[in-house]
Amino acid sequence: MLQINCPFCGPRDESEFTCGGEAHISRPLAENCLSDKEFADYLFYRHNPKGLFLERWRHAAGCRRWFNIARDTHSHEIIEVYAMGSKPKTAAARKAYEQNWRRGTAAEAAARIGANPAGANPAGAKQKNRSGK
Amino acid sequence: MSRKKLKANPMRIAVGGSRIDTSQPLSFTFDGRSYTGFKGDTLASALLANNVHLTGRSFKYHRPRGIMAAGAEEPNALVSVGTGARLEPNLKATQVELYDGLSARSQNRFPSLRFDLGAVNSLFGRFFPAGFYYKTFMWPASFWMTYEHFIRHAAGLGRVSDEHNDPDRYERMHAHFDIVIAGGGMAGLMAALQAGVSGQHVLLAEDMPVLGGWLNSVKDMHIDALAATDWADRAAERLQQMGNVTILKRTTLFGYNDHNYLLLAERVSDHMAEKPGHLPRQRLWKVRARQVILATGAVERPLTFASNDLPGVMLASAAQTYLHHYGVLAGQRAVLMTNNDAAWHSAFDLHEAGCGVRLIIDTRAAPAAALLRRAEALGIAVRAGACVTAAHGGTRIARIEVASTDVDATRVTSDTEHYDCDLLLMSGGLNPLVHLHSQARGKLKWDEKTHCFRPSGVHEAEQSIGACNGTFGPASALREACAAAVRAVKANGGDAVLAECPSVTAASFNWSPMPVWELPSGHPAGRGGKAFVDFQNDVTAEDIRLAVREGYHSVEHVKRYTTTGMATDQGKTSNINALALLAEARGTDIPSVGTTTFRLPYSPTSIGMIAGRDIGGLFDPVRTTPMDGWHRRNSAKFEHVGQWMRAWYYPKDGESMEQAVSREVRAARTTAGLLDASTLGKIDIKGPDAAEFLNRIYTNSWLRLGIGKCRYGLMCKDDGMVMDDGVTTRLADDHFHMTTTTGGAARVLDWLEEWLQTEWPELQVYLTSVTEQWAVATLSGPAARDILQAAGTDIDLSDENFSFMSMKEGYVSGLPARLFRISFTGELSYEINVPARYGQALWTVLMNAGAPFGLTPYGTEAMHVLRAEKGFIIVGQETDGTVTPHDLDMGWIVSDKKPDFIGKRALARQSMAAHDRKQLVGLLTTDPAQVIPEGAHAVLDPLQQPPVDMLGQITSSYFSPTIGRSIAMALLKGGRGLSGQKVYIPMLDGTDTIEATVTSTQFYDPKGERLNGKS
Repeated sequence: MLQINCPFCGPRDESEFTCGGEAHISRPLAENCLSDKEFADYLFYRHNPKGLFLERWRHAAGCRRWFNIARDTHSHEIIEVYAMGSKPKTAAARKAYEQNWRRGTAAEAAARIGANPAGANPAGAKQKNRSGK
Repeated sequence: MSRKKLKANPMRIAVGGSRIDTSQPLSFTFDGRSYTGFKGDTLASALLANNVHLTGRSFKYHRPRGIMAAGAEEPNALVSVGTGARLEPNLKATQVELYDGLSARSQNRFPSLRFDLGAVNSLFGRFFPAGFYYKTFMWPASFWMTYEHFIRHAAGLGRVSDEHNDPDRYERMHAHFDIVIAGGGMAGLMAALQAGVSGQHVLLAEDMPVLGGWLNSVKDMHIDALAATDWADRAAERLQQMGNVTILKRTTLFGYNDHNYLLLAERVSDHMAEKPGHLPRQRLWKVRARQVILATGAVERPLTFASNDLPGVMLASAAQTYLHHYGVLAGQRAVLMTNNDAAWHSAFDLHEAGCGVRLIIDTRAAPAAALLRRAEALGIAVRAGACVTAAHGGTRIARIEVASTDVDATRVTSDTEHYDCDLLLMSGGLNPLVHLHSQARGKLKWDEKTHCFRPSGVHEAEQSIGACNGTFGPASALREACAAAVRAVKANGGDAVLAECPSVTAASFNWSPMPVWELPSGHPAGRGGKAFVDFQNDVTAEDIRLAVREGYHSVEHVKRYTTTGMATDQGKTSNINALALLAEARGTDIPSVGTTTFRLPYSPTSIGMIAGRDIGGLFDPVRTTPMDGWHRRNSAKFEHVGQWMRAWYYPKDGESMEQAVSREVRAARTTAGLLDASTLGKIDIKGPDAAEFLNRIYTNSWLRLGIGKCRYGLMCKDDGMVMDDGVTTRLADDHFHMTTTTGGAARVLDWLEEWLQTEWPELQVYLTSVTEQWAVATLSGPAARDILQAAGTDIDLSDENFSFMSMKEGYVSGLPARLFRISFTGELSYEINVPARYGQALWTVLMNAGAPFGLTPYGTEAMHVLRAEKGFIIVGQETDGTVTPHDLDMGWIVSDKKPDFIGKRALARQSMAAHDRKQLVGLLTTDPAQVIPEGAHAVLDPLQQPPVDMLGQITSSYFSPTIGRSIAMALLKGGRGLSGQKVYIPMLDGTDTIEATVTSTQFYDPKGERLNGKS
């Protein structure tokens, strides 16, 4: 059982947490220029590496807060815990972020502010670029 | 040490046995016969003291077996201990601590241990090769049931108790330590002292009831000028005085998991004759350690030769333990068969104590001169460059055959000679117990010098020290222990206060055995008797060669095919021999064969301990509503909905379920019914962006909902599939009360939180679960308004003031309440919410006020029928994660004006417009009395030959008392286009195919005229 260092509560057993899968998946707003295939990159396709993986966790049986961790899926080593909406700082995790196949996808580009058809985005106008994406 | 024996124990030495208290005799029974042992004995040592060697029959061949080892590695001596519900099978006699009145039985024998019918298997042994069951019982497949019955009887170990209620209590402990040390032998004690004086928070876990490990089995060894056992006692005393050190005896570290998460089994009261009520039987420790030091020692390897499994064939080190630790002679006419120096010292010790060692046989042509001199001085004959080619005996060894061999011990070079004996000591070198290191994903390396696998490279923060690290010499082990403890302390950021590493005086000798994995027999391979590798699973050397001949080369395949190493001892004595034989058969070396993976548990642990207190009523929490007491008093039948217990229906005077549900439905349609709806999920949503948030979560529009107004909402996942539904009410500009399905309450709260925290953190919205803060009574039916009026309320209930889909706050019979005029039955309905503590009072008030009107409580079954009559869906029943709002014919609730909501883009996918998507429709059976089973499949053509084209499945189906016929809803491919067509539901049980017509799902009051109470 992993020991995860909750940024709000400190180190706790894995059984207190739930894993929310891959981190840094930007959500394109509904009105976009994406084809179904491009949209599927956001909706369905997930990275599944053997090695360092950036993923979202939630302290379900504790503070119920979400955060990101950089975990090696083979060794289970957790090299960084960092806030939701920020990018990892350690070099290895940074590299994992930058080299993720998703970085070049149309779905991710469509999630950037201003990427959507003009005037189609009142909800998005309020949205900050807090994921650093 | 006196050779005078105790009267009660023919094989017991009167003085000696460092851990036996001869002033405390204990009586016990084995197979119904009474024996005496002493405090400090194990069942194995006490049996040996009574000259009992035969303890059981083997797994496959039913061969007689005896005690081979002295610890957790014992493969043979498995017994059942206890009686009645406390009967526990498959315990190793070497680990069962003796207590007064202990009752043990041998296993796997019929009708008796000495005379066993199953032993006939042994005569046909040539017909029971590796993979026997796979080969024999695979055809015909239909016969497997017949075969299995006999196999289950013939094979297997002990039987579990027929009484299923475990009378014992088990506990769980959670703890954190700076340093956990596994093993309280010399190295473990030293490491604990070093870590202890450095102020670390230390746990020392020892499997056995006493500390000291191998120190209890040696003579002539001194540490810091103290006898070895005295040094161990002194160390234990010092540790006990340290407040920062916890010592757990009778505790096995059996699981080593990620991030140094350790599982330990503490046997708290198994060894007590009277189990004190305040103590659990066993305790499971779940420990997180910053550093782990493994000091688990080593076990001796058996040698492989014909009939090496006879009772009386014992590991040399085990005989030494029985002598020094327990004061028991394992025999009186002993022979030693070895390939290493250490075993000679065991033989000398045993001879001096009275074991009468008459012969030492060594595979090495030229053993050390010092050993030969000592043997000569003691009058022990020596055969160097020779080996045992076979052992003989009935239920105990009586005779061995010995022959000379070539220099590599691969070939017999002389005729055999016979020697009588009652004990054959065998020693094939030492196997470090690397199990925990391996569980911790540490790597192993083959050591060419000591011919064993040693830890090499760690994955977790752990170190191996002493014999489990392949460091067999005591002085080096002590130095290693000190150094490892200092490293652990420093790694934890502590200051290592150096404890002095003690000096050792002991016989020093070469720890390198001659690599001999099977003694030559002089017979062709496969003849000349069975030479066992895995004693517990009856795997022979020939089985391993056969597996290789049949094409199994990988160690993992050979393991599974022959079952070697797969018994309850996890191959502690067999693994290395098996690997070596596999390497030999493949013509390669041991490192290239590699090892199998060690997994937890290190030794068997009881299920009861793992379950702990999570049994019976504590297994899963049960949630009850505030009105639960009333339901029970009024003989409601209950159903589980998630963890909730909900009133299902209220049978009256011997009514069947069908009769009760019909009565309840009719009451709600004609007068009024009362439902306990407290379990509905309720989420309080507050904040300036609450309306915007709901607007993104739900498929419909929420920005302009008026204060005090309710709206039904459907939420989708981002793939456009329906996830939950419910009515949400605006309490204030920035305040909403959301309801969810009963089963979805927690899931929806998590879902909302996820979006708020991860996608829309800019929204100021705060969520609070209030499911259990509100009790809800749903008053439904034409008389609902009159009953509410009679109960007394300050709220004006007129349609003008209190219209459908709105909420009013006020009082009902003096109880503060929120009234929601919403309806899940299609009738005039009020969902009356009061603070949970008033729930039962509200219910009673309503029932009393409603009595003159014929108010009837109804349960969840009637609720289902009532909603189905109206065609209202239940998420999870009409939906299964593949159903969109459009599939449900609920396109009206999906806004096309909003720029975004969860699921919007996905609903626009091309595939969502496919004409053959399953769509929700109503079904009316041609025979109105026939109710289609839910889950049944519908087809268009009942005569089609298989494979039949499936149209879809029935999601809800009931007999509707209101319209007097059966009704059903179904998800059918292109369903709405089938309106008016016939579909067929074939029945698997052979009854006639059911015919039905596709209709609308609104079976009753399609115009919704009854919502205002007009009947």
